[in-house]
Amino acid sequence: MTPLLVCTRKGLFVLHLQTAGRWEITAHHFAGEPVTQTLVDPRTGAWYAALRLGHFGVKLHRSDDQGKTWRELPVPAFPTKPTEGPWADDPTPWTVELLWALVAGSADQPGRLWAGCMPAGVFRSDDAGESWQLCESFWLDEKRKQWMGGGNDYPGAHTLIVDPTDANHVTAAISCGGLWTTHDAGSTWQSVGKGMVATYLPPELAGEPNIQDPHRISLCTAQPNVMWMQLHFGMYRSTDQGLNWTKLPAAPEAGDFGFPVLADPLNPLRAWYVPAQADSHRYAPGARMCVLRTDDGGQTWQVMREGLPQQHAYDLVYRHGLALAPDGRSLAMASTTGNLWMSDNAGESWQLTTAHLPPVAAVAFA
Amino acid sequence: MVKVGFMVTVNFSPSIQRHKSCPVQNVQAGTLGDVLGRAMQAEPGLRSYVLDDQGHIRKHVAVFVNQNMHLPRNDLARAVAAGDTVLVIQCLTGG
Repeated sequence: MTPLLVCTRKGLFVLHLQTAGRWEITAHHFAGEPVTQTLVDPRTGAWYAALRLGHFGVKLHRSDDQGKTWRELPVPAFPTKPTEGPWADDPTPWTVELLWALVAGSADQPGRLWAGCMPAGVFRSDDAGESWQLCESFWLDEKRKQWMGGGNDYPGAHTLIVDPTDANHVTAAISCGGLWTTHDAGSTWQSVGKGMVATYLPPELAGEPNIQDPHRISLCTAQPNVMWMQLHFGMYRSTDQGLNWTKLPAAPEAGDFGFPVLADPLNPLRAWYVPAQADSHRYAPGARMCVLRTDDGGQTWQVMREGLPQQHAYDLVYRHGLALAPDGRSLAMASTTGNLWMSDNAGESWQLTTAHLPPVAAVAFA
Repeated sequence: MVKVGFMVTVNFSPSIQRHKSCPVQNVQAGTLGDVLGRAMQAEPGLRSYVLDDQGHIRKHVAVFVNQNMHLPRNDLARAVAAGDTVLVIQCLTGG
């Protein structure tokens, strides 16, 4: 089994499976520093770690030897903010405050990486992070002025998905700026996503794609027309790669609020969600942890609780706090309360690995 | 050759040196931006620890010229004279 990387408020932890069902922490990198995202590049095996140093800003490191050594790389940065013209009074700071999404390009684009940030800029690298280019037309689109920060001071690009059949096609999820897509490797971008409904907005704006808050999107690799989404309120599915969305019925015991969603990479009818109590509470529904899985395209839900705490569980699982291993059955889930659970049967039962991690931002199998 | 006594001394706090090696620098006088720029040449990448994307002092970093904290953060044009001391520290934030 590949190792598990856990990004936390106090460093990057590495876990290995020691014996059946028993994962142990084997390394702790960047001890004490907030790690906001990681990437294991499937093309090279390189590990990337994005840091958000409280005083000294966003940093990016790469390891080519599975964490034995790390090298600091340049980070995405915005250009100098203009002092005149339409962006002179932009209330959003032109300084990257969080590196939130980090994904690799396709196999035939060896150095290409994509980064999503808060404020919501998207950056591209063609040299494995040695330099970054801002997607300028996206950053300078007038529609950005309608966005809001979703639980943060500024809008953020938290999820990026590269189309497995067309690497120039990338979809970005913005909280709160909806879904945006490029078909020319970042030169031009369009706001997409009909069918999303933000019930908390004025009725005239509730269906406007550009101001939605998609908490997370995930794509079925084998059938990439199928995408899943956890919207602020509501679980959704698309069969045309995010152009149109259908709201799925809520799970009776768990509601339809939450952050993570994971598509099964092979089965277009299967996905996992981790619900939370909406929306001011933001912990497990009824303080009882559960994971939802659908095997029928979102028509029905299996509410899986075995091995998860069923009283006084005030955990919240962030957008990137749920990951699926390459075997398609092993899952990792970690919370803001520092609990890490593992499942080896597609979520049907869980084992607590540790209850004492710092708050967790993201998990990923290496 | 400029004598050290006629230069500006720039100190970086231990919290920065945890990430970047930056011993005490003695650099030529000028604006605060000039002085910081010269001192930050000591270590590749150090600049991004002190200044943000816009070249302003990071909001959780404090720069003192002698005993006075420099504000505003987005204006580094003030003069720093030979014999002055610049201190770059982290503001007390975090948890």
